[in-house]
Amino acid sequence: MSDNNIIEVRNLVKKFGDFTANDNLSFDVRKGEIFGFLGANGAGKTTAIRILCGLSFPSSGEIKIDGLDVYTQRELIKRRIGYMSQKFSLYEDLTIFENIRFFAAIYGMSRSEIKQRTAELLDRLNITHAKNRLIRDIPLGWKQKLAFSVAVFHNPVLVFLDEPTGGVDPITRRQFWELIYESALQGITVFVTTHYMDEAEYCDRISIMVDGRIEALDSPDGLKNTYKANDINEVFIKLAREGNNNHD
Amino acid sequence: MAIIEANKIYKSFGDVKALQDIDLDVQPTEIFGLIGPDGSGKTTLFRILTTLLIPDSGSAKVCGYDVVKDYKEIRKRVGYMAGRFSLYHDLTVQENLRFYATVFGTRVVDNYDLIEDIYSHIEPFKNRKAGQLSGGMKQKLALSCALIHRPELLVLDEPTTGVDAVSRKEFWDMLQKIRLQGISVIVSTPYMDEAQKCDRVGLMLNSKILSIAKPDQISDQINIPLYSVRSKSNNFLLLKSLRKQPWCKSAWLFGQDIHLGVNDNITESELEKELNTLGGIKSYIKINYGIEDTFMELMGGKTSESSLIVK
Repeated sequence: MSDNNIIEVRNLVKKFGDFTANDNLSFDVRKGEIFGFLGANGAGKTTAIRILCGLSFPSSGEIKIDGLDVYTQRELIKRRIGYMSQKFSLYEDLTIFENIRFFAAIYGMSRSEIKQRTAELLDRLNITHAKNRLIRDIPLGWKQKLAFSVAVFHNPVLVFLDEPTGGVDPITRRQFWELIYESALQGITVFVTTHYMDEAEYCDRISIMVDGRIEALDSPDGLKNTYKANDINEVFIKLAREGNNNHD
Repeated sequence: MAIIEANKIYKSFGDVKALQDIDLDVQPTEIFGLIGPDGSGKTTLFRILTTLLIPDSGSAKVCGYDVVKDYKEIRKRVGYMAGRFSLYHDLTVQENLRFYATVFGTRVVDNYDLIEDIYSHIEPFKNRKAGQLSGGMKQKLALSCALIHRPELLVLDEPTTGVDAVSRKEFWDMLQKIRLQGISVIVSTPYMDEAQKCDRVGLMLNSKILSIAKPDQISDQINIPLYSVRSKSNNFLLLKSLRKQPWCKSAWLFGQDIHLGVNDNITESELEKELNTLGGIKSYIKINYGIEDTFMELMGGKTSESSLIVK
């Protein structure tokens, strides 16, 4: 494994019965980059992320996360990564404070470390006054920022964000990305999926998945040049439409 | 006659003000977009217009009928696609469509020409249970069901949320065709870029409509000069240093650029000097306000969820 790569995927295949969700994926993610993992609904993004996180086994292929093997070292992988899922991130019936403490404890952080870093986190997000509020009672944008902060609370080397920003106002959405940039500056590699094509442009490199395969991978500028497009939205539509015509 | 006419609508749920002072008109065969984030009041307004909720005060007419007194007449004339997929998961595609036709006292064959374009995509799966469809197919079925009684007005609550860019584009193409059939459309979305596809848009935030205009005129009221700036290396670091400048009114990430609003007392040549002094800038150019710039400016540069500001 190259020292510069934090994710190395070679010939990843995942099948569910007759259906091939991931069809021979090969790609690398470099240390410290913001990597955008794009694709249409049903292209196979979440399936791949679950494998990279050690939540599900591939059917075949070689995958290393920070040098660790996804077949035999899943528990070690889980300790080194953070994961924010689109559907579930925080317990709605626990408070802000309880959620932070719960996830920190799961990652084995010490009591004193949790105490100190929780205070820092609450202060940074400016929600110290609200730390005893239940998650279900706070606005969506708070939830998203808090869920991200919790996902990187144990200082992972790599964090996976699966559609983290839907439904909030444009300023809240940008503040969320500023949190991502802040973490990237501190050396955390970010692996993110999104349906907002302007957010794709915030990434250092992006891949575009169509029907279980990666059809393109480059910097945003590189993709725009290759596909003679004005923005990533055009690139995406060109690539995804070809795939769509096959089955829709 | 306007197809929707709302005057001074207010609605609260306990202490939460969901709608305040809403005035709105939608003209026949218009596509009107209501744009705003979650919790801004879009769904509550749609529920009032579709007679599912009664306003605390104010009045509204839909298709010429009062939303409180004449609710039965309105329900015959309006097709409503709720934000959450609300068809019957355990009925098949075909059964759902037939059910909605029957409820409205019509038959699928009578109005099939209206939905053919959309329904033909899912017709091959007509015997599949609705719960087992993909997101894009569910959306097409829900739209078919909302149209099957040939409504005068289509009310679509966030039909494209969570849907990928290709399906979103297809959906808007379908709306254009529906409008050609003489059907008016009011549609809500959190995606600012979809505003361009509407005849007029209303920007909604925190229970109020901030502004209503044609998409290319909505920024006319804003006079702050706006520049698109790109850094040589790291936009985020540039963003942070721009915000520290006294002449900077606002600075936000925008794709590969930063959109920079500046005080209007700084001249272009002064700004050029300032940016050169700052360094690290690859290019900058004066630009017009887009919908998203306008929305953020109308928000006063603050998040709608005000007590959570990242330091």
